[in-house]
Order: sequence, then structure tokens, then C-alpha cells
Amino acid sequence: MSPAMTPARSRYDAVMIGGGHNGLVAAAMLGKAGKSVLLLEGSDAIGGMAASREFHPGFRTAIPHLLYQLHPAVSRALRLHRHGLRLAAADLPTIAFRQEGGTLALGDSRGAGDAGADLLAFRQRLARFARALAPALARTPPRLRTRDLESLATLGRLALGVRWLGREEMRELLRVIGMNVADLVEENFADPTIKAAIALDAVIGNAMGPRSPNTVYTLLYRLAGKTGHRAGAIALPKGSMAAVAEAMAAAARAAGVEILTGTSAARILVKDGRSAGVVLPDGGEIASDLVLSSADPRRTFLEILGPAALDTNFVRRARSWRDRGTTGKLHLALNGLPAALAGAPARYLLPGTLATLERAFDSLKYGDLPERPPIEIAIPSLADPSAAPAGKHLLSAIVQYVPYRLAEGDWSNRRTGFVETLLGTLEAHIPGLRAQILAQEFLTPADIERMTGASGGHWHHGEIALDQVWMLRPQPGMARYATPVPGLYLCGAGAHPGGGITGLAGYNAARQAIADGRTKERSRP
Amino acid sequence: MKNDVNLLPTPFTELLRPHNLAHSWERWEGKLSVGVYDNDVREYFAIRNAVSLYDTSPITQYRITGRDTARFLDRLMARDMTKCRVGQAVYACWCDDAGKVVEDGTVFRLGDGDYLINVQEHNLAWFEDTAYGFEVSIEDVTEDYCSLALQGPLSRRLLEEIGLSGIADLKFFRLAQTELEGIPLLVARTGFTGDLGYELYLAPRDAERLWNLLWAAPIAVRLVPIGSHALNYARIEAGFLQVNTDFIGAEHCLRPSQRRSPFELGFDWLVDLKKPGYFVGRRALEREKAAGGPRRRLVGLDIEGNKPAVDSFLYAGNKEVGRVTSAFWSPICKRNIALATVEAGHDALGTELRADIWTTKELKIERSMRSARVVPRPFYDPPHKKS
Ligand SMILES: Cc1cc2nc3c(=O)[nH]c(=O)nc-3n(C[C@H](O)[C@H](O)[C@H](O)COP(=O)(O)OP(=O)(O)OC[C@H]3O[C@@H](n4cnc5c(N)ncnc54)[C@H](O)[C@@H]3O)c2cc1C
Repeated sequence: MSPAMTPARSRYDAVMIGGGHNGLVAAAMLGKAGKSVLLLEGSDAIGGMAASREFHPGFRTAIPHLLYQLHPAVSRALRLHRHGLRLAAADLPTIAFRQEGGTLALGDSRGAGDAGADLLAFRQRLARFARALAPALARTPPRLRTRDLESLATLGRLALGVRWLGREEMRELLRVIGMNVADLVEENFADPTIKAAIALDAVIGNAMGPRSPNTVYTLLYRLAGKTGHRAGAIALPKGSMAAVAEAMAAAARAAGVEILTGTSAARILVKDGRSAGVVLPDGGEIASDLVLSSADPRRTFLEILGPAALDTNFVRRARSWRDRGTTGKLHLALNGLPAALAGAPARYLLPGTLATLERAFDSLKYGDLPERPPIEIAIPSLADPSAAPAGKHLLSAIVQYVPYRLAEGDWSNRRTGFVETLLGTLEAHIPGLRAQILAQEFLTPADIERMTGASGGHWHHGEIALDQVWMLRPQPGMARYATPVPGLYLCGAGAHPGGGITGLAGYNAARQAIADGRTKERSRP
Repeated sequence: MKNDVNLLPTPFTELLRPHNLAHSWERWEGKLSVGVYDNDVREYFAIRNAVSLYDTSPITQYRITGRDTARFLDRLMARDMTKCRVGQAVYACWCDDAGKVVEDGTVFRLGDGDYLINVQEHNLAWFEDTAYGFEVSIEDVTEDYCSLALQGPLSRRLLEEIGLSGIADLKFFRLAQTELEGIPLLVARTGFTGDLGYELYLAPRDAERLWNLLWAAPIAVRLVPIGSHALNYARIEAGFLQVNTDFIGAEHCLRPSQRRSPFELGFDWLVDLKKPGYFVGRRALEREKAAGGPRRRLVGLDIEGNKPAVDSFLYAGNKEVGRVTSAFWSPICKRNIALATVEAGHDALGTELRADIWTTKELKIERSMRSARVVPRPFYDPPHKKS
């Protein structure tokens, strides 16, 4: 057992709850601003969802597997490259397995593979829209004087502000942004696999089907990310997503942040109505005027802070925050690679068709398991030797539409059956896969919740739905990261702009907290 | 009301019916209530000069029990509830996140971790959601009790005559859990009239027995059942606010601008910003204070003439600065009184405003501008109320 670690001091300028990637980014930013920072991570490793996971000896991965949203401002501010972040692949092509058999190459960020010019033009157009949104995602949303309707109107106003889109394009953005992705792809494509592949990118991580409203927004949210400076590029970090978190941790340590793993914040201290620090599980108190939480909103407000410090309607909204996860993760340790996967490193999709996607979403809605689960696959070991022992391979798959809770039975008696469905589905497209399997694990949203502490095991700590984004995220009037309790900030995926490995929530929140501190300083008599 | 068939009777309805010469039934949270029995002025004078009987059975009641009850109530209510001792009644208001009043009511502390909240409207959802994370049980016990308000200078004598010994020792806003000829009774020295008075709570099955005891008392010759109209006159004199008349509860207000903070309602004394813990709306109320206090105020008005300034607009010079919410010519004060909400800056005692009063006489509408002076509330506060 490792020796019990205790904080070096009893008072800090800031305490960070949670060492997921957003917590690490925020802590580093605060450290760089000259603040003494203590970061408390409840589990034994940093990274949160992006923590390293050796599910079979020599096979290393993390829950998130592909990097496409890490914001350049974050990489720059934290000098992640200097702190060791390297990409094993910078611009993976996407290849879709067709429902009826065969594959379709969909290209990388610069081309459209076999899908043709239409897909390229479509992507470029969406990329322009995403660019129009990107600056706002990278910033703290505007303050609103009145709430309700104005908040939604601001979405529109924001687009208006982005003049360079031009009248025509602006009108088109306003037309499509509230649409569902199925209608959008039906307008543009005939090929069922292209349609489904785009739709899968739009719905993944959320409890939404291709025909759910708001799914064009989620697609744009995803596309607004960049890796390096290439919009739309999908990268594979060297050393899995854990290496991204480790680079962030190195940046934080270099900025003087004290990182304590295996120590959770049991409670947030509130004194005279302000956050005053945290209480450790052993009852010890760490004093700090500034407390940031990168834990999800439900855990932060209802457990760590607790309802007693909050108002009734706030608690009502925190309780009805939608954060039930919808994605599972399948890890396979492979003895060797079947031919279908043995090409250059790629991202593989099993998107099915719009109809099978919608059906699979229906299953989720009713707490049932999908017959045709949509899947995204990466083989990190093809580009990154550290992912698996020499000659062996690691298959990492995200499975969409996995219910957090089952309407009938529970995961203990239905897991084996569902894994069988998954392996059967994979085998149908990738013959010989099963014969190569050395070990496997399947993580349900409930498992992910247990492992990472994220309520519901939700990808974004809460749905990216129009009523849960921007100035409404995670609650109306709370978009500027400050919670109702002065001195307490929320800085994880549950804050604006949302989840994915972006670093933005942490980056924005830290800057906001620093700015608020200066304002307070100035207004002091 | 003709279609009173949908309204539920209270345990007293059939006993009241023979007195209800006007057949003036009203709705009170789905129950039958009386507006006027015969003559509202006579009923009003019973409150002030004799003893009145008002069926308060429809009042919504919540019983709060459990380990965290005291902490929960202190979180719910804007005033310091930790000071409420067993056997004490407390008048309190509760606010929403924005520091706007959801409602007001009386809280009875029956025992340790055992409270009863009496309130006009349904509040179960608000209470339960405010109790999230607390170990308390909140039960709607409206049907477990029926109740009568006995109010007026002779009310104590009536209770003594029916055999409630020791009633003379029951202090203002105190409770007695007692028994009368085998009828378990909760007696509270509280009321909505601003007079000497009591409220009696009992099980529905004992309603008729208590009724008979009351009417058998010698002083019952001065006992008058009263309706809501007479009660309304008395409560205006007492300066009490009526939800949905003088303000709208924050949870029911469609226009956010119509919600009222306790400071705006003159409930300053129901707000304790010095109490240690957090209570719902506290941060908003602190902000309101820091920003210079309420933007409007509920005030008492003394209006020239004898025409009640019902719904009148109020003017300072030519500027409209407020509105009357309750108005009545008070026979006992011999003053034309009103409750009104005015913009801040026009609420100081002695401020002279003008009330735009409209009256109808034989289809003719007469309009008059009368001077209206801001005066202290209550308008009527007899020494026997607390003695
Ligand atoms: C199945 C799945 C696949 C995904 N795939 C991808 C992908 O390929 N690419 C991508 O970009 N994104 C992906 N995501 C999303 C991404 O992983 C998350 O959005 C992101 O990791 C969230 O980071 P965070 O720092 O905000 O929160 P988290 O990573 O959840 O970190 C929160 C941290 O707080 C800690 N904590 C909680 N409570 C306490 C406490 N009381 N005291 C101390 N510590 C506490 C937790 O232990 C945790 O470490 C995926 C998500 C899922 C579920």
C-alpha cells in the first residue's frame, strides 16, 4: 500500500475537486496565474474518464480513445507538447462497414475517401458553421439579464454576430441548427451508409436518435473541435488518452499545483454563505476561498456541496438534469489482427442505417438493449506500440445506445448476452475476430459511473441538449462557471461547453475565476 | 353558489347550514366555506365586540416529523425557526430562489421534531422539494383535523364556560394540547382577526360534540358564525395580508415582476439575515438589501372620505406610483383604510398620495381623487389581543 498522502498545507488559494482532464487544465491555469493550488482526485489515478486502464496485462487504454476536440488554446497555454504529449496518428481516416457487407472509405479531414465530392462539400459547409460557433464555445457565454427565452435567442444572436459567414450561410446555419440530423442528411445524401455515419457522429454520447431534435447542434459541437490546427481531424494520442491527462498533470505540477490522488473531497465547506474549502474523508479541513469542482453537476451540487446550501428550484433543476449515460465501452485484447482491420490505422464505424440507428435509440428509450448496436472502433496498437504487447493488438470500441438501467433484468444477468450480440455483430463484418480474442471487457454506463464517479456515466456529464447548453448549462444563470455559492466554481464537462477531451470547461472556468477574483480585489474598499 | 355539489363539505358544513340564511357558499381549496351568513356587518361586529365562529377546516395542514425537522424548517423559513420552542406558534413566510414569497403561514411546534404548518394553499411539492436531502417526513394532514376559529373579546369566556380551564394562562401565540370531555383538542391562541382569539383543532369525528358544547355555553347568546367577508374586514384592520389578494405566491405568479420579496410585503420581521444557516432565498434577499432594499413596499393607507378605495390607482402628483389591494371603511377605527403596494420612495409614514376612487351608484360611475396618507399598520390593535 502506498503511504497515506496528506496535503502539504492547510490553506491554499484554490482547491480543485477532481483530476479529470478539465480539473487538471483548470488547476494548471490557476497555478500559472500564481495561485497555490491543491488538486484532490478521489481515485488512485489522475485523468478521470481519461485515466489509464490496463484491462489485461500489457493492454492499456482509456475510456475516451480518439482525440478531436482538444482546443489549441489549451495545448498552447499548458504547452502540452513540451510536457510530453505526442500523437501516434494525427488525421485518421474513417471507414464505415456497410450494413449489407463491404466497406466505404469516408476519408480524413482533407478528403472524402470513396464517398465523393458531395460529402466533402457537406463537411466543408458544416466546418464553416462549426467555425462560427467555435469562438463562442471557447469563451464564457454572455451574461444574461433575464433568463428563459433570451437565452435561446442568444443562440441566434450569436450567429448574427458572426458576420463573415455571409447572409446566405448565416440563414442556412439558423435553419439547420435546430434540425435533426436525419432530416439534414436526407436532404444531402442518397447513400444509407453515409447518412448513418454522419448521424452516428451526431448522436454518440447523448440520449438522442437521428430524428431527435438538436442533433445538428451536437454534430456541430463535435466538429467545432480541432486537433493540432486541423479542423475535423481525428487523432490517436501516443500512450492513449491517459497520456493527454498525464501531459496536463505535468503542466499542472510545473505550475506548482499539488496533486493528491486517492483523496476525495467529502464535502465543500461553506462559511458565511461562501465556499471556504473542503473537508477530507478523514474529517480534516483544507481552507481555501476558491473551490472548483470538475465532478459532474449532480455529484457536485447534490452530494459534495449538498442541497442545504442551495435554493429549492436550483435543487429541483439539479435533480432533473439529464445525465444518464448512453454509451458503453468494449475492450478486446487480440492475439493478432483479422484482415479487415489490418490496413493503415483508421477509425471504423458500424453505423447501420438511419432506420437501425433510430430503432437502437428506441431500445435505449425503453431501457432495452439494441439488436443492432452502432459502434465506433479504433485499433490504437496499430499506431501506438505502447497500447499492447509486441505483435498483439488492442481493439477499443464505443457502443452507442447502451442503457444505464435496464427495464427488465439487470446488467448482472444480461451482460453476457449483450457482449455476445456485440461480438456477433463485429464478427459478421470482421471475420476471424473472435478467434483472436485473448481477453475482453465491457463497460456499461453504470460501470463507467462506478469507475469514474461521473453520475450516470455520461459522456458529457449531462446531455448536450438545447436546454442544457450555453447559458443554460448546467442551469440558467450559471453559465459563467460560478455557482450560486460565491467562491465555488464548476469546471468539468457538465459546464459550458460540454464534454469530450477539449479542456475548454476547465480553461474557461479557471480564467473566469481569476477574472472574478480581480474584480473582487478592485471593488474592495 | 349553485353548483356547490362538487365542493366537499367540512365536518361543520351541516351544522353551519341552518345559520346560512344567505346560502352564500364559497370555495376554499375545494371545500365549502361561507361568504356571508346573513349580514356581514353584524358578523364583523361579533369579531370586535362579542365572539365569532369561523370554520377554518379547509386550511391546508402539513405535519412535519423526523430527525432533521428543525433544520429543515430553518432552511424553509426566512426567520430563525430554531427559536421556536415546544408549545409555541410562529408566523413565518417562505421564499423561492429569487427571494420572493411563496406563501406565509403559522407553524405550530407540537413536540420535538413534530411540527404542524397551517397554510392557505397547497405547498406539498415546495416543501418536499425543499426537504430533498433532509430526513423529514411531510404529510398532508388536512383531513385529519377540522378546526374552528373563535375570535373576539368574549372568546376566552366562551372557552372557559365550556370547561377549558387554564385557558386564561395561554399566552399569545402559544399552544395547548388538552382534552375536553374526552375530545382531544389542540388550542392555539392565534387568529386572523387581530383580536383576542383562539383556534381549536380536533378530529372530524368530534366536530359535532364540540359544536354542541359551544352552543350550550351561556355566553353563546353572543356567539355568531361569520363568513369570509366579515373575516376579511377584520384582517384588513389587523393589517394581515391575504395571498392572491395582496400578493401572489411566487410559485403561482405567471409574471415574474409580480412576485414579491418579504421586504416588499413588509415582512422584514419575518426575515432573519443574521441566523447562521442558509435558507431558501437568502442570497437573493441579501442582494436585494445590498442593492438598496425593495423597489416597492406594501403600506397602510388612511384615505379621505368614506368610499372604500377598492382597486384604486395611487398617484404622487401626476405619476402613478401604486395600487390598492384591499380596502374597507373601518367602523371601529372610523377610518377609510386600505392596504396598497407603492413604489419605494413613496412608502414613508406620512407620505401624502392621491387615490383614484371609482364608485357605482344606480348605474352611474362616480370618480373622485382623494388624499391617501401612509399610516402604520395594524390599523386596529386592541390591548386585549395579547393580554
Ligand atoms: C464511453 C465513452 C467514450 C468516450 N469517448 C471519447 C472520445 O473518444 N473522445 C473524446 O474526446 N471524448 C470521449 N468521451 C468523453 C470524455 O471522456 C469526457 O467528456 C471527459 O473525459 C470528461 O472530462 P472531465 O475532466 O470533465 O471529467 P471526468 O473525466 O469525469 O473527471 C472528473 C473527476 O472528478 C473526480 N471526482 C469526482 N468526485 C470527486 C470527489 N468528491 N473528490 C475528488 N475527486 C472527485 C473523478 O474521480 C474524476 O476523476 C467518452 C466518454 C464515454 C463515457
